[in-house]
Amino acid sequence: MSTNDLTGSEIFVKSLIEENVEYIFGYPGGAVIGVYDAMHDMSHIRHILTRHEQGAVHAAEGYAKATGKVGVVLVTSGPGATNTVTGIADAYMDSVPLVVFTGQVATHLIGNDAFQEADIIGITRSITKHNFLVKDVKQLAWTIKAAFHIASTGRPGPVVVDMPKDVMASNAPFLYPKEVKLRGYHPFYFGHMGQINKAVEIINSSRKPVLYVGGGVVTSNASTELFNLAKKLNAPVAMTLMGLGAFPGNDDLSMGMLGMHGTWYSNVAVDQCDCLVAIGARFDDRVTGNPNMFSPNSKKVHIDIDPSAISKNVKVDVPIVGDVRHVLERLTPLVNALDTKEWLEQIAEWKTEHPLRYENGDEIRAQYVIEKINELTKGSAVVTADVGQNQMWTAQFYRFMNPRSNITSGGLGTMGFSFPAAIGAAFGVKDRPVFSVNGDGGIQMNIQEMATAAANKLPLKIVILNNGYLGMVRQWQDLFYKKRYSHVTLGNNPDFVKLAEAFGGVGFATDKTDEVVPILKEAMKIHDKPVVMDFHTIQEDNVYPMIPSGGTVAQILDYPKSVKELKMAKAHPETVK
Amino acid sequence: MKKHTISILVENKFGALNRIVGLFSARGYNIDSISVGTSEDDSVARVTIVSKGDDDVIEQIIKQLNKLIDVTKVVDLTYDSFVERELVLVKVAANRNSRPELMQISEIFRSKIIDISQRSITIEATGSEQKVDAMIKMLEPFGIKEIARTGRVALKREFEGEV
Repeated sequence: MSTNDLTGSEIFVKSLIEENVEYIFGYPGGAVIGVYDAMHDMSHIRHILTRHEQGAVHAAEGYAKATGKVGVVLVTSGPGATNTVTGIADAYMDSVPLVVFTGQVATHLIGNDAFQEADIIGITRSITKHNFLVKDVKQLAWTIKAAFHIASTGRPGPVVVDMPKDVMASNAPFLYPKEVKLRGYHPFYFGHMGQINKAVEIINSSRKPVLYVGGGVVTSNASTELFNLAKKLNAPVAMTLMGLGAFPGNDDLSMGMLGMHGTWYSNVAVDQCDCLVAIGARFDDRVTGNPNMFSPNSKKVHIDIDPSAISKNVKVDVPIVGDVRHVLERLTPLVNALDTKEWLEQIAEWKTEHPLRYENGDEIRAQYVIEKINELTKGSAVVTADVGQNQMWTAQFYRFMNPRSNITSGGLGTMGFSFPAAIGAAFGVKDRPVFSVNGDGGIQMNIQEMATAAANKLPLKIVILNNGYLGMVRQWQDLFYKKRYSHVTLGNNPDFVKLAEAFGGVGFATDKTDEVVPILKEAMKIHDKPVVMDFHTIQEDNVYPMIPSGGTVAQILDYPKSVKELKMAKAHPETVK
Repeated sequence: MKKHTISILVENKFGALNRIVGLFSARGYNIDSISVGTSEDDSVARVTIVSKGDDDVIEQIIKQLNKLIDVTKVVDLTYDSFVERELVLVKVAANRNSRPELMQISEIFRSKIIDISQRSITIEATGSEQKVDAMIKMLEPFGIKEIARTGRVALKREFEGEV
């Protein structure tokens, strides 16, 4: 050992500095105590101590989604590592760049059922883009470089680096590689020009185009390119849950979200269009319903960086494998301005006939709360939604104006995601308010992170749409299980105001519609601590429109009491009896 | 559903095979046979998988395999001309009366007898799956005690004329 050698723990810290890491979200423990020792005096990187490892991963996801940078997590072995599993799976489904460092027992103990041992490499194999067990300290710097490279390039995703305690205590010279070469990993960024030309042909002959936009547009920072394409084509834009924010929500060409709880008009437009351009979207079952009946009349173009996303669920006419931004840069100059006047008029008519709507009254409607947050923040806040009804209402009524401001768990649908994700987002975004929208169920899944938010004086606006139910499950039981409400009642909710105060935050609660805006305004004046707003909404409200799981456009349930049958007949003559 | 022979080159390191097998089980693809060994390059292992599925499924399998960071090359040999072999060891019940006939069968299949005792003989055979199947069928009436098969290994054929 030469005197210039560093310990694995020191190499770890220096490597993260080389990667320009700003924040580590973590939780110490026995197997990483040496690593934490090396971090004691570090000044370039801030460590954020969460109150649970799951919170750390979601916070890192929120940070990564809000900034586009790689989120970094550090936890100990065994339970520390297994507590990260849900967050890792979440990041995998939503293509979030994360590097999760897990401690591991010393190499000679691996496989011995040692204290706090878990085979986290085996456990996370199917939910990571890649994972590494570092067996030799000389490989550590290279592995960290490779982990960041893999996590952040191509279709991004989580990478786990498992670090045995003895490896981190041994010494090696520190040499951080400038780049790593992996012979089995070559993400393909530039779309094939022949395919792009074929797509141009289809698009140019279209009169009723729809751009079907997913999270890939946000990931590849292609919002401007998308905007240019949509404007040049005069083509309406339907966004997936993850795509919201990629295109300005208040633009005339925006049709909002499509899919199960998407707008009536976006789904009907997708059904009737003659050309569907899928951009960074993956034909998820929540979008397509029955994949065989999805957009049956259209020629389909699919742009995606992941070849395995192509023709996985729906066959397309022209696949283009490549980075969305690169492909759009080449595609847009080649397409013509289309004559879509009639098509856009038709869609405008649908928008008037079938708007997103609800009936306001004295009792609070969740939709109203979201609508008011949207008005007060002009669609420019960062909003993390949880999973369920609160998520769908946020997607419907918050008109996201910017990319990287809509942060939610789309693929995995992880309850308890919103609040810790908002914490991470708040570290990444300082110039805009961060709202965390929750149901009364999901907020209780990671409520311990109130301590993290308060300790870091984060001015989070935590909205609880409190209906005393696990609302989305209740909705399904209402619609499909004869109203047999089986174990969906949250009968013993805590006093969220007191709870906020106990953690060092501020709490408001109301069940009156006219108090919603004053509370929101009051909350937005607080800049040094988290604010919980507990809105007691009407209890049994359903999210509409709804296409039942596996269904088709013909089965859209629009908001009740509408004249939907009449309109449906007009939109879809052959399928309405 | 057609049987496909997929040849995979993968980094010859800890857990790499696991990633391939795990992918098949996680996504519900089936494996008829799998064989693994080092390739011409020590740092690379060649995995040969025989899998059944319709074209869409096989296409997904190949795409998903290509996504694995440790996988450096995936080739579906099915549409190429390729050579394939499987090795099998069969332990068959044998006595003084049946032994000559067993030796004849072994010879017909150009296989070898590699172990012999009072009550059994063990035959080693290589060939295509069909040949191995045919031999096993011929041996069945004598009473098969144990079988060990390697699964198919395959390489693309380079010779382009008539074989």
